Amino acid sequence: MKLRANLVIGGALFALAIAVGLLAPWLAHTDPVLDANLMNAEEPPSWTWWFGTDDQGRDIYSRVVYGARVSLTVGIVSQLINSVIGVALGLSAGYWGGWWDDVVNALTNLMLAIPSLIFALAIMAVLGPGLTSLLIALGLTNWSFTCRIARASALSLRNQGYVQAATVLGYGDFRIMITQLLPNMLGPIVVIGTLGMGSAVLSEAALSFLGLGVRPPFPSWGSMLSDARDQITTAPWLSVFPGLAIFLTVLGLNLLGDGLRDILDPQSRSRRT
Amino acid sequence: MPMLSFLIRRLLQTIPTVLAVVLLVFVLFSVVPGSIASTMSDDVDPQVELRLKQQLGLNDPVYVRFGKYIARLATGDFGTSFRTREPVTSMIAKRAWPTLQLIFTSMAFAVLVGVPLGFIAALRPGGFVDSAAMFVAVSGLSIAKFWLGLVLMYLFALKLGWLPSFGYGDGSLKYLLLPAVTLGVSPMALLARTTRAAVLEIMTADFVRTARSKGMSETRVVKWHVMRNALVIILTTMGLQFGALMGQAVVVEKLFSWPGIGSLLVDSVLQRDIPAVQGSILIVVLAFLAINLLIDVLYGVIDPRIRYA
Amino acid sequence: MTGAPLIEVEDLRIDLDDGSRRVAAAEGVSFRISRGETFGLVGESGCGKSITALALIGLLRPPLSIGAGVIRFDGKEIQHLSAARQRDLRGDRIAMIFQEPMTALNPVSPVGRQIAEMFVLHKGKSWREANRLAVEALASVRVPAPERRVNDYPHQLSGGMRQRVMIAIALACGPDLLIADEPTTALDVTVQAEIIELMRNLCAERGTAILMISHDLGLVANVCRRVAVMYAGRIVEERGSADIFRKPSHPYTQGLVDSLPRLGSRAALGRSRLKEIAGVVPAITSFPDGCRFNPRCVHATDICRTIVPETDLLEAGGLVRCHHHA
Repeated sequence: MKLRANLVIGGALFALAIAVGLLAPWLAHTDPVLDANLMNAEEPPSWTWWFGTDDQGRDIYSRVVYGARVSLTVGIVSQLINSVIGVALGLSAGYWGGWWDDVVNALTNLMLAIPSLIFALAIMAVLGPGLTSLLIALGLTNWSFTCRIARASALSLRNQGYVQAATVLGYGDFRIMITQLLPNMLGPIVVIGTLGMGSAVLSEAALSFLGLGVRPPFPSWGSMLSDARDQITTAPWLSVFPGLAIFLTVLGLNLLGDGLRDILDPQSRSRRT
Repeated sequence: MPMLSFLIRRLLQTIPTVLAVVLLVFVLFSVVPGSIASTMSDDVDPQVELRLKQQLGLNDPVYVRFGKYIARLATGDFGTSFRTREPVTSMIAKRAWPTLQLIFTSMAFAVLVGVPLGFIAALRPGGFVDSAAMFVAVSGLSIAKFWLGLVLMYLFALKLGWLPSFGYGDGSLKYLLLPAVTLGVSPMALLARTTRAAVLEIMTADFVRTARSKGMSETRVVKWHVMRNALVIILTTMGLQFGALMGQAVVVEKLFSWPGIGSLLVDSVLQRDIPAVQGSILIVVLAFLAINLLIDVLYGVIDPRIRYA
Repeated sequence: MTGAPLIEVEDLRIDLDDGSRRVAAAEGVSFRISRGETFGLVGESGCGKSITALALIGLLRPPLSIGAGVIRFDGKEIQHLSAARQRDLRGDRIAMIFQEPMTALNPVSPVGRQIAEMFVLHKGKSWREANRLAVEALASVRVPAPERRVNDYPHQLSGGMRQRVMIAIALACGPDLLIADEPTTALDVTVQAEIIELMRNLCAERGTAILMISHDLGLVANVCRRVAVMYAGRIVEERGSADIFRKPSHPYTQGLVDSLPRLGSRAALGRSRLKEIAGVVPAITSFPDGCRFNPRCVHATDICRTIVPETDLLEAGGLVRCHHHA
């Protein structure tokens, strides 16, 4: 019963965030960047300004709505990169074994030794701020867990009868990996991917908060909070809404991930219930 | 001395990892586009830039620089900061203690709150307390740390005036509390979840049935037989969480103007002070490896089945 | 049977609640055990013998629960006692040994401590005193060098040694009843005999009754004075151990006896093959109507398929639940 609640609430929150991002031009009241008006600076939330305005008189509601685009793009795309890298490395390492497996293992251990946010920070330092840099920095630093799972299941699957049958039939290695192995490890990979999207959204916000994310003035939830910090005494509402947006989006992804795990990864379910 | 040889072997095992990290960090910053010297001030006399580059040894080929870098690292020399002209080693040394304070206080908070929460939740799975605790846990994982910090800062420092809003002050608990709690929330949440899962699994073990057949109350079953077994799993989570904690410390230190290695790293990154960035990253990785080594030793203390052979 | 029985089970039913409905995993279970007596409960896995034992010691956990019936211990009904009162009995007066000595002991606790707990729990001893008694208890189950062994962890002991530790724990407080659930199934054959011998001797010395549960009719008949055979949640026959081999009354028991290899039987019977019972044990959720053995029974008639047989008293002593018993 709780299993369903996770899935429904999580899915609904995530769908809402995506809808807001897609429909931003129709939902927003004003342009998030251009419609600055110092006459309206630091208005508290009201019927006109739902979430209030910032020190340049920009509508926070509109900026939060547009901010969803950055957060979700970074969250989804960077996690997809991670999943692809993790599956490619883990699957091939588990299937082929040998020196390639050793190389992948060494790489994974290296990744695990460096806290991923710090690694991402270093990459951002090299590439400079911007959306592309964010996608690369976050897309390259969080694949080790996916890789381990993919490797472990490839190891156990490659000796299964149907995989060996495919070998006997003369299927190529890539064909076997993609048609025989991949579908059987998709469950846990999807679960990790969903949870990983949540942490990518958080990392994007953190990097933007540190001034290493999307360039201002384009709104991102993290950079909005960064601006809001200095005005927390005079305009606390600046901090409330972007933070809440991050929280609800990531909560949605985490609940969705938990719910999917209960369905797709029954092994870990028996451990959890 | 099986313990000693175990330690030595484990130390030897970490050497390739450390070397790989050194190489990675070095390569990453050798490909920085643009002149490093030029980032130090806006308009630099080309002659000054050349002299600077020579001074910093930036004109040598990459592999020569890497060799020199390793050689210097081996003597404990992390280079000189581009920004302050101070040895990186002494910059890090000054900031190590505040970061250690912060990280260990956060972990203490995470363990003291998260583990009991997980236990309580596991004793009545599906009950109200369980649902509430697990909701708190998933929320703790979903919240942006710096936002939580801002909210706590607003409430406890600005509105209630109970605690200082930021800074290191005299380094006392008063100053430590807000950043440590902010940083500790996600490991707390994770510990609560893993503890709950671990306890639920252990409760189905045969030896728990034996304990019950002895006529033990459930409280005693948990205290005498479940706890120590759960500790192994709790320790594993703690070890992994230290890494995440060090990453998050960067953000939290920046938010609370905490003079630790995390804020050193951010400041150095923003100002392209590459020796300081390299040094901070290396020290974080070394610390993380050291903590995990310590945890491996603790395994042996808790679980007699693990032998240092 | 003389004197008041130590434990008396009357018409016990154990329910299995799978969320949507309740099924009886065992029903109509009745037997009594006198003080110091040895009683065996035999059947295939899933026949309800282990859950019957768990019911006696109050360890049934959801989805299993006692649905009906009475369990009388030392003259008092215990099935509805409060959790705290049940705990007082458990371990102190009714003790239990489990099948897997590998997993039945806590892997991260020294075995001495796991024995000492009994004295702390039930005899109000201090840990220091309890630890001393644990050494004695370990000595009494013939573990060599007990003063050193108390500090060992389960993984440092062999399977037989571990089961000795389990016996030491179970007999620590001098219980009136010892329930032994497949105590030797996981052990080597040579060790089995030692453990059985030890258990029987110790219980005989202390006047402790044994309820032994096993799938192995030969073993149980060897240890116990009386044996009850369970099939699909019901006791189908209860006899003296000698009688059950000589003249089994229920077709299922006959099948069990015929499937046993017997020393010296080859001379008498020639090179005949061991017989097995045709068919499979029905699942709890699909027990057949009438006598539950009817689909596998060669003597089954219409009445067997519709009417549950009553328990009949045999002239030679013992009970049987069969429409056609000889």
